[in-house]
Amino acid sequence: MAEAAATANPKNSSAPAPNSFNLRRLLDAITIPALSILTAFLLSGFVIAFTSPEVLALLPQFWQHPVELLTTMLKTVLTAYAALLQGAFGDWGAILQGFQVWLTTGNSTELLRALRDPFESLVAATPYIYTGLAVAVGFKGGLFNIGVEGQLFAGAIASAWVGFNIEGLPWFLHLPLALIAGILAGAVWAGIAGVLKATRGVNEVINTIMLNYIMFLFTDWLLSDGGPMRGNAGAPRTPEIYPSAYLPRVLPDPVRFHWGFFLAIGAVFFVYWLLWKTTVGFEIRTVGASPTAAKYAGIAVGKVFVLAMGLSGGLAGLAGANELLGLNHYMVAAFSPGYGFDAIALALLGKSNPFGVLAAALLFGALRNGATRMQSLATVPVDIISVMQALIIAFIAAPEIVRWLYRLKRPAQHEQEVFARGWGA
Amino acid sequence: MFGMVATSVAHKTADFAQRRRWIVGGVIVVVGLLALWFFAIQVPADELSKYRFSGGGDAVQLPVVELPTAATNWILSLLLIGFGVYHLVRGLTNSAVLFGVIAFLLLAIFLTWSIRGASLNLTGLMESTLIRSIPFLLGALSGIMCERSGIINIAIEGMMLTAAFVSVIVGALTGNLWIALVAGVLSGALIAGVHAVFSIQFKVDQIISGTVINIFAVGLTNFLNLRWLTTNQELNNSGVFAKVPIPFLADIPVLGTILFNQIALVYIALILMFAVNFLLYKTRWGLRTRAVGEHPKAADTLGVNVFKIRYVNVILAGMLAALGGAFLTLGSVGRFDKLMTNGRGFIALAAMIFGNWNPFGSFGASLLFGFMDSLQLKLQILTSVIPSEILLMAPYLATMIVLAGVVGRVRPPAAEGIPYEKQ
Amino acid sequence: MPPILELRGITKRFPGVLANDHIDLTLNQGEIHALLGENGAGKSTLMNVLYGLYHPDEGEILVRGNPIRMTGPRDAIAQGIGMVHQHFMLIPVFTVTENVMLGDESITNGVVLDRKKVAREIRELSTKYGLEVNPDLYIKDLSVGVQQRVEIIKLLYRKADILILDEPTAVLTPQEADDLFQVLRNLKARGNSIIFITHKLREVLELADRITVLRLGKVVGSADPQSATSAELARMMVGRSVILSVDKEPAQPKAVTLAVQDLVVRDERQNIAVNGVSFQVHAGEVLGIAGVQGNGQTELAQALTGLRKVESGQVTILGEDTTHANPRKISELRVAHVPEDRQADGLVLNFPVEDNLVLNEYYRPPFAKGIVMNFDAIQTAAEERVREFDVRTPSIFVNAGNLSGGNQQKVIVAREFSRDIALLIASQPTRGLDVGSIEYIHKRIIEKRDAGVAVLLVSNELDEIMSLSDRVAVMFKGEIIDTVNAAETTKEALGLLMAGVHEPGASPQPQTPNAQAETLDEIA
Repeated sequence: MAEAAATANPKNSSAPAPNSFNLRRLLDAITIPALSILTAFLLSGFVIAFTSPEVLALLPQFWQHPVELLTTMLKTVLTAYAALLQGAFGDWGAILQGFQVWLTTGNSTELLRALRDPFESLVAATPYIYTGLAVAVGFKGGLFNIGVEGQLFAGAIASAWVGFNIEGLPWFLHLPLALIAGILAGAVWAGIAGVLKATRGVNEVINTIMLNYIMFLFTDWLLSDGGPMRGNAGAPRTPEIYPSAYLPRVLPDPVRFHWGFFLAIGAVFFVYWLLWKTTVGFEIRTVGASPTAAKYAGIAVGKVFVLAMGLSGGLAGLAGANELLGLNHYMVAAFSPGYGFDAIALALLGKSNPFGVLAAALLFGALRNGATRMQSLATVPVDIISVMQALIIAFIAAPEIVRWLYRLKRPAQHEQEVFARGWGA
Repeated sequence: MFGMVATSVAHKTADFAQRRRWIVGGVIVVVGLLALWFFAIQVPADELSKYRFSGGGDAVQLPVVELPTAATNWILSLLLIGFGVYHLVRGLTNSAVLFGVIAFLLLAIFLTWSIRGASLNLTGLMESTLIRSIPFLLGALSGIMCERSGIINIAIEGMMLTAAFVSVIVGALTGNLWIALVAGVLSGALIAGVHAVFSIQFKVDQIISGTVINIFAVGLTNFLNLRWLTTNQELNNSGVFAKVPIPFLADIPVLGTILFNQIALVYIALILMFAVNFLLYKTRWGLRTRAVGEHPKAADTLGVNVFKIRYVNVILAGMLAALGGAFLTLGSVGRFDKLMTNGRGFIALAAMIFGNWNPFGSFGASLLFGFMDSLQLKLQILTSVIPSEILLMAPYLATMIVLAGVVGRVRPPAAEGIPYEKQ
Repeated sequence: MPPILELRGITKRFPGVLANDHIDLTLNQGEIHALLGENGAGKSTLMNVLYGLYHPDEGEILVRGNPIRMTGPRDAIAQGIGMVHQHFMLIPVFTVTENVMLGDESITNGVVLDRKKVAREIRELSTKYGLEVNPDLYIKDLSVGVQQRVEIIKLLYRKADILILDEPTAVLTPQEADDLFQVLRNLKARGNSIIFITHKLREVLELADRITVLRLGKVVGSADPQSATSAELARMMVGRSVILSVDKEPAQPKAVTLAVQDLVVRDERQNIAVNGVSFQVHAGEVLGIAGVQGNGQTELAQALTGLRKVESGQVTILGEDTTHANPRKISELRVAHVPEDRQADGLVLNFPVEDNLVLNEYYRPPFAKGIVMNFDAIQTAAEERVREFDVRTPSIFVNAGNLSGGNQQKVIVAREFSRDIALLIASQPTRGLDVGSIEYIHKRIIEKRDAGVAVLLVSNELDEIMSLSDRVAVMFKGEIIDTVNAAETTKEALGLLMAGVHEPGASPQPQTPNAQAETLDEIA
């Protein structure tokens, strides 16, 4: 393949300037992700249908009542997905009505209640944005940070500590301090793997897995009976942080939407700028694309490994701080439904591009939020989302399957993704 | 997957080897001195540590060994210090011996100190160590089979979880534990088959493929657990394997209890350890497997079918991991709980690395990790300053330390993680 | 009697390339048939087809008169065909025995590997053919020459009687090469038939019974080594008469730019690769480092450019001590480096040409201000460099990996030569390139020299060394065994030095009649 690439006639490959807008390229870029999501939805639909007690009950009588079985299946899936969509995007009729009530009577309760759902999707998307960026930055630097979940815990712990230990600071000092603590904790925790890679050449994958479990156990210990961060409440959790460290809400209760979302959007722009507009980003991308060429070009490869890992961990830590300061206001062991692990799917789906990650995070946030509604309305367990995510990663990572399913042609110029190459070699 | 270890570390090897000896020797001496201070000098001279070897219901009651805590730890700590000095001066090349001795002495000191003024059934501790090490061993054997052929396996956790789930349901439905076991093993083979197709056929990054499997297994088992098992509790009850005492051998005091009065799966796991070792080093298949994991192109030019070897090994690996998963349900609690593998697949991965991709080495690591696991349970009952969470960290920390090459040195198969491209 | 092996009309296409174009070739029982051609002429592709690694698009293969369908190496092995690949196919952590038996294992008791029996067979083979090797040693502990013996034993163990050797002398010292030739003659005498692939004319004339020349995927002719001359063969190989010499004025050396004193460098395996080397390069001269591959030249260049740690000794560039400096520091001292491995070190293949053209200047004005990069400046510079150095690329936004080897090298040369430089360290600057690109790059190097740049040229190609250098230092086993004036030496003299033969005082006499032909040796 290398031979083919090296000798292919360069005149055949059209290559417009990378920053010029091109609809075709955009379409090409989103075809596979879009079809992957679609296929994952279809397959998950089958899982939902064939695990449904009603469908299973009808299954033995398939030959007597085939139509009934099929309609039951369809109904099961559609009910579930309808609930999912409503949970994800809200009930727009109710919103309009609430809006009317608010305009006429000045009573906003109904409106806010209707707005809760769509905004909750953004609330769920926020940590995804950070963790997706974390994995993406790692990928760009040729690093596979599988330890985002642990770094997220580290960030949450540190910001909780700052949040409940320091009293009397004004919010404009306390909140940044808590956020920075979260960033630093995540960066340091990931940095360990970066330093070990830079100095001892140890692959980061195993180390970040190990660091995850160490951090989970460490959290358990902190929150255990008599543990150093155990609060007074009977449950294993920290004390509540002071309101001066809260990430403020944008809208009144019950809408939990908070400023962390805008901070996350800021992070997207920052990461984009850093990776593609600065020398730091150039170095990270060069090391990711070819460590040997980077060394030749005078880039301190080891330092870049530590830096990229630290940056990745800092973003992960920010995700933890965001959840803690914006939503829970105290730390419990089970505060993340696996934002760090899902992040791998996000980075792949977004092709490690910050804006791609943003789009993927919004989608996943909506899915996760909608799934909660699906569980309560259609009694379909929320974990179907994980199945869906696994399928999405699988299809994105092996686009041949999608191309084969939909009879697509291979792209003219084989694009090598950073995650698709052999590594460790 | 750790190819970097070999290359970028190599140029530092010469000076590092000597420095490492000094560092390690020094650390052993310091740790020995600390142990002496905290676990011997600080202990009142009249305190006793009692080791029992028989459970309450055993037919033969062995005498209780009563050791003076302080004096015992004086001796053990001095031994440890002496060992550290020996390493400093002479240098030990066999890292397995180095590890074994340090681990044994430290654990003995710690244990003797922990049970001062109380007693501990050592036989029981050993037995639970063995039982707890079995899933690690099977998971590690899975990792070895897979990675020795050049395919990274971080999906041990997902394979175990799937098999744990499947075997419980099939056990409950059929009422036959052996059918349940076979079903579990087949589910592992199926999942591993997916890993194989992704990594070998589609050349997907093997870490991503493994991650997909882990996420999928967690999602699907949680989903089905909620959808089926919580509402139909009778589906979540497979029963467990009964112990199979081996005639005569089971009657040997201590040893018989630990080794020869277990469920069949324990014997099977131990036999499989020998089998995998034999397969890898003594047979044609093993030679070819290792060749494919080191230099697939070389094997290919000699007519070895790289893809076939990898496919078969990955699927066998899935079956081994699945046995480990089924052990957690059919061999122990007889029911499935959400996320019940609880990281054991990753500890198995750690045991594989710790054991340098070698069955016996991995068994040693599994025993060590199993011991930590049992110990923390015992210590929760006894009063201990060391929280159980810290002890549970040991496998993960130990793996990071060996990988960094500070103590000992591990070498992964050279072609690991690189998809093979046939022209 | 039919030829033992016959290829008829073999054609193999890769996307965009016709690697083999209707090639016919015969091999008779008990002969050594040399396959001669430049890099990229299609020799290795043809042999991979013959060995079943590639499937030909057209044509047929006949062994002992019977048409054979090859689906993989297993079929080739079954036909008695064996191949020693250019890059050895040995597993470093396996013993010699294990490497030899792999794929054709002896078994006892039904399943157990019979290592003893294989070891015994290896000992027998090694005495029979003079291939001395200890079957119980690990490959990683063997020298390159011994590893090659293991490769040959692998073939003999499989009872192969059609042996293919792909560039077998590239990694050997002249002595080792002579030993190999002896083994091959021995094998021939015992009835084996051998295809010997090379681009070195001397070897062909010395060893072969018959010669076939390939160019651009086609057979361009065959020759009889008894009557053929180097010049004829070279012309056939390259397609026109070649005088790979560059028009250049005598050098005007000025101040010392690079001074190396007692330099010691270790290789990956911690062996001493460069052993106490001292030399100086003056502004305005080209110092060539000649030697057989693997005698420390690679490590020397890496150490001088900061890519490899220096064990002891001193390196001074423009008066500054750079012994332990990093690549960035050295580059900023106005040192340009054309690295040996252009695809791994010199380029980021997945980056566009424009980024590759500023790969070691991206952080400096005008390409960056602080940490913010100026892409307009990069584009402007890139366009200019592409134009000036005639890089054939559809645009500067195309990934460097999509360019041909020659154009990739031009990107590197454009990048390194566009800077203001005082010292140029060029390692194998033309390896694997077509003749046109070679001439172009040679011209540019001499231009730099004439502009007052000190040039250190490391090359395995004696011809390149001879045509570019003003002085030549010959490396052998990590040491510079002599430094000679290029104008006053001959290829034979250098060849002897490269083989480690050094008689102080015996200054070589140019042998006029032979000299011209010999200059053409070792082309490409």
